[in-house]
Amino acid sequence: MCDTCGCNVTPGNADLLKPGGKLSKTASGHESIGVLQGLLHANDHTAAHNREHFKRHGVLALNLMSSPGAGKTALLEATIDALKDELSMAVIEGDLETENDAARIRKHGVEAVQITTGSACHLDAHMVHDALHQLDLTALDIVFIENVGNLVCPASFDLGQRRNVTLLSVTEGDDKPAKYPVMFRASDLVLLSKSDLLPVLGDFSPDTARQHLQQLANPAPAYELSARSGDGMERWLHWLLHEISLLEHEAGALRPETGSAVSASSSSP
Amino acid sequence: MHELSICQALIEQIETIAQRHEASAAERIELRIGPLSGVEPHLLEQAFPIASAGTVAAGAELVINSLPVTVSCAGCGTTSSVLPNRLVCANCGDWHTTLVSGDELELYRVELLTGAPDDLSTGTAPERTTSGNVN
Repeated sequence: MCDTCGCNVTPGNADLLKPGGKLSKTASGHESIGVLQGLLHANDHTAAHNREHFKRHGVLALNLMSSPGAGKTALLEATIDALKDELSMAVIEGDLETENDAARIRKHGVEAVQITTGSACHLDAHMVHDALHQLDLTALDIVFIENVGNLVCPASFDLGQRRNVTLLSVTEGDDKPAKYPVMFRASDLVLLSKSDLLPVLGDFSPDTARQHLQQLANPAPAYELSARSGDGMERWLHWLLHEISLLEHEAGALRPETGSAVSASSSSP
Repeated sequence: MHELSICQALIEQIETIAQRHEASAAERIELRIGPLSGVEPHLLEQAFPIASAGTVAAGAELVINSLPVTVSCAGCGTTSSVLPNRLVCANCGDWHTTLVSGDELELYRVELLTGAPDDLSTGTAPERTTSGNVN
């Protein structure tokens, strides 16, 4: 099917579809080869390459994941507005179609590279690598990678990010971590977005969401926040600045203005 | 949905190995997959004939070994078998556990139909790398 119609073939994985080597020998024996290699070896190799790129330039790379419509782009817009005077940011946008999200980001004065994946349900490391060629990493502090809205597939593909940030909007249900354990287990931070709707909904318990997260043996904090009202944004921004200061510590180049400011990442309400 | 992408990556690996061993075909491909890899074995099985068509892996038998989810408890030290969405210690209930098995996404073994039998050493060292990372 896909050899002819090309569905799910992305620029990133197209070369994997090429026919193999010219093997013309007559078969006359059997050989059993032990391999024990990750199935996503090629993706992981490129992800490691991306990670090295980010590290060399001291860039904090964050992979933002969530269901469609959980508010990733709205969060980025509010984050950019809050931090654009002190940090230099760029966004890689992943969507099946349209440049809409990248256009939204650009209106806030930040560079955005749109990846349209066609029918592919996730970003992979090759797509991110291609997008990185369009960004000048030397000038950046943070690259946000807004993954395709999907709680399943993006979790299986390492992009080279330093941290995974997963949004769970309060309209979705507080048992999402139990339903999508692969993604929530891989999350370094969970943001319970659209928290301004909590009083109207009444049936989403942030503590229940946290308990489900803990049952995945994941110590990641889960912050309630609303990009619209601004409630809870401060803690998220502190987390970002703290992550940047950690990165700088590791690079041996602590920047005083952010290095001692924050210790928010371990707090949980 | 992403199982096809993963299958395509698998075929690429098989082709590389087949070339290295001057094989004309892969006859049997053995995978090890844990539930926390995010990959559904039966979807992978469905994608395999599509991804392998016209390649050295076409017609090969695909064997998927599903691995259990087991965790080791930092509190009581017990290793227990658990559900993919409940990774707490089955013995004491502590959530401070580390995953022992369950997130594997590995090509474990491949059986090749090779060319002239005398041109291959029987003691080929298996290529060993770390298991798939699903971050």
